[in-house]
Amino acid sequence: MRPIILAVAAAAILAPAACSKKEAPAPETAAPAEEGVVHVSAEGDFAENLQLALIEAEPGQTIVMPEGTFEFTTGLSLDVDDVTLAGAGQGKTILDFAGQTGAGEGLLVTADDVVLTDFGIRDTKGDGIKSKDSDRITYQYLTVEWSGEPDETNGAYGIYPVESTDVLVQNCTVRGASDAGIYVGQSQNIIVRDSVAEYNVAGIEIENSSYADVYGNIARHNAGGILVFDLPDLPVMGGHSTRVYDNDIVENNTVNFAPVGNIVAGVPSGTGLIVMANSDVYVTGNRFKDNRSVHVMLTAYTEPFTDENYNPLLNDITITGNTYEGGLDDPQGMLAPIAAAIGGQLPAIMTDGVTRWDGGEDQTVNLVIAEAPEVGFINIGLGEYPVDPAKMQPSTDRPASTPVPEREPVALPQDQK
Amino acid sequence: MRPGLLSACLILAACGAGQAATPSEPSLEAVLADKPAPLLSAYGFFEDAGGNIPAERVKAYDLINPLFSDDAAKHRFIYVPPGEMAKEAGAGLPDYPVGTALIKTFAFAPDMRSPEDGAYKVETRVIIHKADGWAAFPYVWNEAGTEAKYAPIGARRTIQTISPAGAPLEIHYEVPNKNQCKTCHQSGDAIRPIGPKLRNLDHPGPAGVDQLSDWVAAGILDGVPLGMKASPSAVDASLPLDARARGYLDINCGHCHKPDGSASNSGLWLTLEETSPTRLGLKKHPTAAGRGSGDRRYVIDPGHPEESILAFRMASTEPGIAMPELGRTLPDPVGIDLINKWIAGMEE
Repeated sequence: MRPIILAVAAAAILAPAACSKKEAPAPETAAPAEEGVVHVSAEGDFAENLQLALIEAEPGQTIVMPEGTFEFTTGLSLDVDDVTLAGAGQGKTILDFAGQTGAGEGLLVTADDVVLTDFGIRDTKGDGIKSKDSDRITYQYLTVEWSGEPDETNGAYGIYPVESTDVLVQNCTVRGASDAGIYVGQSQNIIVRDSVAEYNVAGIEIENSSYADVYGNIARHNAGGILVFDLPDLPVMGGHSTRVYDNDIVENNTVNFAPVGNIVAGVPSGTGLIVMANSDVYVTGNRFKDNRSVHVMLTAYTEPFTDENYNPLLNDITITGNTYEGGLDDPQGMLAPIAAAIGGQLPAIMTDGVTRWDGGEDQTVNLVIAEAPEVGFINIGLGEYPVDPAKMQPSTDRPASTPVPEREPVALPQDQK
Repeated sequence: MRPGLLSACLILAACGAGQAATPSEPSLEAVLADKPAPLLSAYGFFEDAGGNIPAERVKAYDLINPLFSDDAAKHRFIYVPPGEMAKEAGAGLPDYPVGTALIKTFAFAPDMRSPEDGAYKVETRVIIHKADGWAAFPYVWNEAGTEAKYAPIGARRTIQTISPAGAPLEIHYEVPNKNQCKTCHQSGDAIRPIGPKLRNLDHPGPAGVDQLSDWVAAGILDGVPLGMKASPSAVDASLPLDARARGYLDINCGHCHKPDGSASNSGLWLTLEETSPTRLGLKKHPTAAGRGSGDRRYVIDPGHPEESILAFRMASTEPGIAMPELGRTLPDPVGIDLINKWIAGMEE
């Protein structure tokens, strides 16, 4: 088939120009032809063969990587629409970036309608896989990990779609990210499901995004399990409409190993879910277990900011029908002094009680806490940031609220096939 | 002619015997073809296969502020097709007509203190305004400097030299691949040239005369906009520090750090046009820096370069930390010094 032969021939021609080592031998025969499928040869320099295949890909093609562990010294990139990059399986095709000396991530995708499936990426120096302005992208059956103990020199994000519409992440495993394992930023229409995020600072994070469904995941052994954040000074703000349901959010007690300066460095170890400065977030049917600081933390943005278009407060947050078990015995980070002030321990659900900023008027912060009566709740009653212990007015009364209907599920075009 | 170029020409003369005569004007057909030419020489941008002597209608130019690329010497040329000219659109990028090609050759010398002595070419990057938009193509030179081949996956070269400061230096130079070209040249969904904005051309060029007037006289450009303000030169000590620093950030960072650039999601925008202190990084928290934060809290902590992420990332060569992410493997001591002084001089 034409593209295969072209790719192989081009690789052979280019090898002497591209590097000073001996010319890579051309494979004896091209792989058997399948319509629209390009098999990347492991003969010669696989990294160069793969990058060339990604550059010369044509829309509609599937680029197939063989089984094996392959070493890379610089990042890969894909900029052709409607291409599938497929390996032989999560534990079978492994792209190893331990020796990386160039580029800011392992794989960068900047095209639409891309499917990444059935391979692993490990030990990238920066982010694992980043996709930017890549609409209708699918990440599935991928493992992105940093080997060894959690370490602040690990890359920031494992799976990192940003500035995109219609993002699907499913059946992925991400381990060891020094920021968020699965991070979706400045995007809309998002599904993250059936994935495992563990030993990251944050397991799964939805940031400055809208219309996200996060369900069926396991977030365990992170410092914080699942975060739904909105931050100032970014091109896309006003994050809203996220549903977090049917996830196992368990033992997120790893010490926070994020480099100082990053927003997640402030996430207290032992936190199950944090919702910050977002609106219309619906949290239901999750199983919170053994998170040592607090299971659910609802908070305004905590830092000073100048962005006039930014709303640092929560609004329309629903917490209902979740289960809570264990944990809460060893509050960490910024939660330690707060817990100490109220008797040493936090209940399952806490909120900062911030309702205004910069000395402004109190705003409506509609928190719907509709859990069984025995589920603990506390409102710290800070009123505004920065924290002033003298102004804390802790209360275990659930706030008066107006019910918010759960919205329709997110539907993605690539999920209809 | 300078000695380095002369020796290259002599080699060429020896090798060139028996080859077909190169055209004296570039081939517009090759320039506008769907596929890139396998060899740089096929475009006919140069009289010689060594790429030293520009053909008819190919003009050498240079910039007030260049991008730092491991101290490579850069030789820039522009080709505008016959009967066409670029239309000025203010101080930014003029409207270069379809068929325009910008050709940039990167060279190193055995001793960077005398960059033309024995200089040898590593790569030539060509960005062409095709009928459906700009496209960028990397070419890599053979060791003799007689032939440059299209290299879509880029290349790596180890370069032994003496640094501008006089110390032995080994550079693990990276020729970017075709996609990486786009990363820096991206503007929304399109690719755009970075350097040849009119404000960055507004000085005496390589011909020693006012470059923009020269372009107008040569029929490359239709005119110079009224009230043109030249980019402040990063190395002109007579200019205010702020202007120099902004000139440096504009060319070295602003191609990605702009609202429609590859780093748009950072909200850190570093072009000359930017006026918001927060967008420029003052007291701005990092967005997705990871270990690139270097345990510092702000992109720029006014008065404190040692607490500023911008300075930390400029000084690093580690992937995942170093900025720019592509196009350099060495730190730029001149730029780092400039930015440090700029931040140190800010009011806290």
